[in-house]
Amino acid sequence: MNIAARFRIQRDNFLLDADFSIPAQGVSALFGPSGCGKTSLLRAIAGLDHVPHGRLSIGDTNWQSDKVFVPTHQRELGYVFQEASLFPHLDVQGNIEYGLKRVPAAQRKLSVGRLCDLLDVSSLLRRKVSTLSGGERQRVAIARTLAANPKVILMDEPLAGLDQERKLEILDCILAVQREFRIPILYVSHSRDEVSRVADFMLLMATGRIIAQGDVHELFSRLELPLAHDNEAAVVIDAIVSNHDEEYSLSELIFPGGSFMLPRLPQAIGARVRLQLAARDISLTRELQSGTSILNIFPAIVEAIAPAGPAQVIVRLSAAGVPLLARITRKSSTRLDLQPGSVVYAQAKSVALLS
Amino acid sequence: MILSVEDLSALAVTLKLAALTTLILLVVTTPLAWWMARTHWRYRYMLEAVVALPLVLPPTVLGFYLLVMLGSNGPIGKLMIAVGGQPLAFTFAGLVIGSVIYSLPFVLQPLQNAFAAVGPRPLEVAATLRAAPLDRFLSVVVPLARPGFVTAAVLGFAHTLGEFGVVLMIGGNIPGQTRVASIAIFDHVENMDYLHAHWLSGILIGFSFMLLAVVYRFNRKLRLLQS
Repeated sequence: MNIAARFRIQRDNFLLDADFSIPAQGVSALFGPSGCGKTSLLRAIAGLDHVPHGRLSIGDTNWQSDKVFVPTHQRELGYVFQEASLFPHLDVQGNIEYGLKRVPAAQRKLSVGRLCDLLDVSSLLRRKVSTLSGGERQRVAIARTLAANPKVILMDEPLAGLDQERKLEILDCILAVQREFRIPILYVSHSRDEVSRVADFMLLMATGRIIAQGDVHELFSRLELPLAHDNEAAVVIDAIVSNHDEEYSLSELIFPGGSFMLPRLPQAIGARVRLQLAARDISLTRELQSGTSILNIFPAIVEAIAPAGPAQVIVRLSAAGVPLLARITRKSSTRLDLQPGSVVYAQAKSVALLS
Repeated sequence: MILSVEDLSALAVTLKLAALTTLILLVVTTPLAWWMARTHWRYRYMLEAVVALPLVLPPTVLGFYLLVMLGSNGPIGKLMIAVGGQPLAFTFAGLVIGSVIYSLPFVLQPLQNAFAAVGPRPLEVAATLRAAPLDRFLSVVVPLARPGFVTAAVLGFAHTLGEFGVVLMIGGNIPGQTRVASIAIFDHVENMDYLHAHWLSGILIGFSFMLLAVVYRFNRKLRLLQS
């Protein structure tokens, strides 16, 4: 199943021209700087704004074409707004049941009890919404959206205005819900951190256009995109916890390119975790170093090299097919005689655990 | 008994007129206020000016035009006769029409403000939760705008209680039919019957005060809700 859309929105000095087709599964991020048209696009997809001559279909269901415009309330979608926007005249339970009541009984597939447990709102049901904290509000808003059994969920910067701890908490909820109920999510964000944590697929936007789309692991490492060139350039890697070394209090994680050693993780063996490797934390050697304190070293092949300012280069590597980025000095690159195809060892000074 | 039978009957006519007028206005102005709160029509201000006219015009001007329109030589009067009815001037129905126009802004404006204060977001949320337009209005807008409805109803009612000029022009002062309290007070004063004028006036003051106290109490709640 695919979400296919084509919208052209002309507003004063701004033109949004988006034409894409993405798999309707997992979490797809619509990622770009503020003001690039992400929210406009999401509103058009929801039917909250009627964009003339737009086209939109999800799987076999046509939501908009030249002759058709399905109004929002007849689209089986959910929308999580930037502000939780709970109904102040209803309590938490009333909010969660609002959409549920309007869905025919035959279409109610999710267990609302399970949903409330996953989002940790079961204890809030009797509360007035004015007494909730910011994080609680947004969790209730997500529960309310899911309770209406949508086929796809649109999220517009759902973590804006929350502190980092709350953000991580809610991201975990979103991932847990996604894994359990398998509802595709289209997630709008301008935060690289959020996208790195939740997204499987990414649509990269800049000033009204989609400049690239693809798997997140791939897109973060593409040298022709600005993502690989900013200071925060990094790749994400999905790995599996394979062993716990209790003696040194370390956990071993494996991925196709090798294995990582990280300080002991709470996750069980077999759990999937996402890691982030910053390009500036990767150094390269021609030979495998033995006398080093660095534990995380992988053989890799240089795929491409691009200049990054006067003194540095950014190197794209493949570790058994998994893309990595390394930012090193131009001098080192010359000294190591790096060319596409060179075999090197990538040493990761630090690895961040994302989820 | 301090109040005469005529005074009681005038109070009854007044209450009946105010209640009926308020009911009609709530039904008629709700869709109009909703539309006016949300439209981006360029000339909305023209319509706003027209519906605010009763606020500033001398009631006798309204009454005069209504008399001309509703009387047996007026277009509406002629129409009524043509369909086998009576001209509406000097009837209770005529008073209701006059009061509806006279009190319209007092009902319309609180509703329009309350609808505008609800804003578009709760409706968008409701739409994404499968609520159809009428459902959205009833399940979201009406409860959120409830203080506005109370204010509108009370102001419309209280303002109709105080009506004088329009009634004077088109009412005809028929006891039990079109003689309202304000006219009865005027008559008492004309006849130097200050005692009855005092009682009737006092009752109107007390009653109007109670109604307005309710409005301001609800308005305070409205502000608390928003903060």
